[in-house]
Amino acid sequence: MEIKVVRNVLDVNKTLAGRNRDRFSQEKVFVLNLMSSPGSGKTTLLEKTLVQLAPDLKCAVIVGDVCTSNDADRLAVSGAPVVQVNTDQFGGDCHLAAHVIAAAADDIDLEDIDLLIVENIGNLVCPAEFDIGEDARAVVLSVTEGEDKPAKYPVMFRVCDAAILNKTDLLPYLDYDVGAAVGYMGQVHPEMPVFQLSAKTGEGIDPWIGWLKEQVTRKRSRG
Amino acid sequence: MHEMGIAMQVMNIALESVPSEMAGVKIERVNLKVGKLAAVVPSSLRFCFEIIAKETVLAGAELSIQEVPVTAKCEGCGLQWRLDAPVFTCPSCESGSVKMLSGRELEITSIEIEDEE
Repeated sequence: MEIKVVRNVLDVNKTLAGRNRDRFSQEKVFVLNLMSSPGSGKTTLLEKTLVQLAPDLKCAVIVGDVCTSNDADRLAVSGAPVVQVNTDQFGGDCHLAAHVIAAAADDIDLEDIDLLIVENIGNLVCPAEFDIGEDARAVVLSVTEGEDKPAKYPVMFRVCDAAILNKTDLLPYLDYDVGAAVGYMGQVHPEMPVFQLSAKTGEGIDPWIGWLKEQVTRKRSRG
Repeated sequence: MHEMGIAMQVMNIALESVPSEMAGVKIERVNLKVGKLAAVVPSSLRFCFEIIAKETVLAGAELSIQEVPVTAKCEGCGLQWRLDAPVFTCPSCESGSVKMLSGRELEITSIEIEDEE
């Protein structure tokens, strides 16, 4: 005998993500889910981004790592509230799920902030699959990785609203083909903006900051 | 990478789907739809499911996975097509304004329980 079910396997996470989204909207907080492979420079980019945004926006960060609080310690220097989540307490997960974000958000005064950035676990596969209640997603790729990463991890590049090609200060020392990398991103997600920048030197960071501010403003004006 | 977590969700949903008056009945098959772009590897999912299903009414149940191809629709010219590679540019008008219609599925469609003698 066959019993019809028709339920999404991730519906528990989807329900919790929806609850997060309602809560963040009520508090008028814009949430960015920042993802990448390990070592692409997410934390350095965040350090610089927080400094640039500080005059205009009040930010907070949730940092996910399998272990250690090293990233949280680096980001705390910016003065923004930082909550570290170590997934080994939740079974060594390879991604942040909605219930983890809900618990971490309890430690942040949401009323007091405009933008919450979630630095997801370094992984180009799993975080793409788990909605955490964010408003936008961005992926960081660096020029020390293969140009064809967008083609190898299409789900990640398909679900993101913006991409950052980081570490451009290293281009003179590498045989990296920027055109090829941007081309692959264009195939997977033709309308996604790609920001080429060096988080280390700050070169090219302004358009990224501008994009982020615009997203926050747009959500606010929608009420 | 998170197939074990997915397998546990599949097991929970399957167990919840058995009507209470049939509690304890053996589940023979769980039918799943998995999109080609759902970050799940069918063989890993089957392996994880087999392990966690032991000692439940799902022990020995087959995880029947129907893979769903990636299809998209061009919002410019309306063309619908099936993608063999992750290239989301319209093959007809080359527009990049493309909506994915299928390929991200990860859902249980039904469970099959042992018929009474």
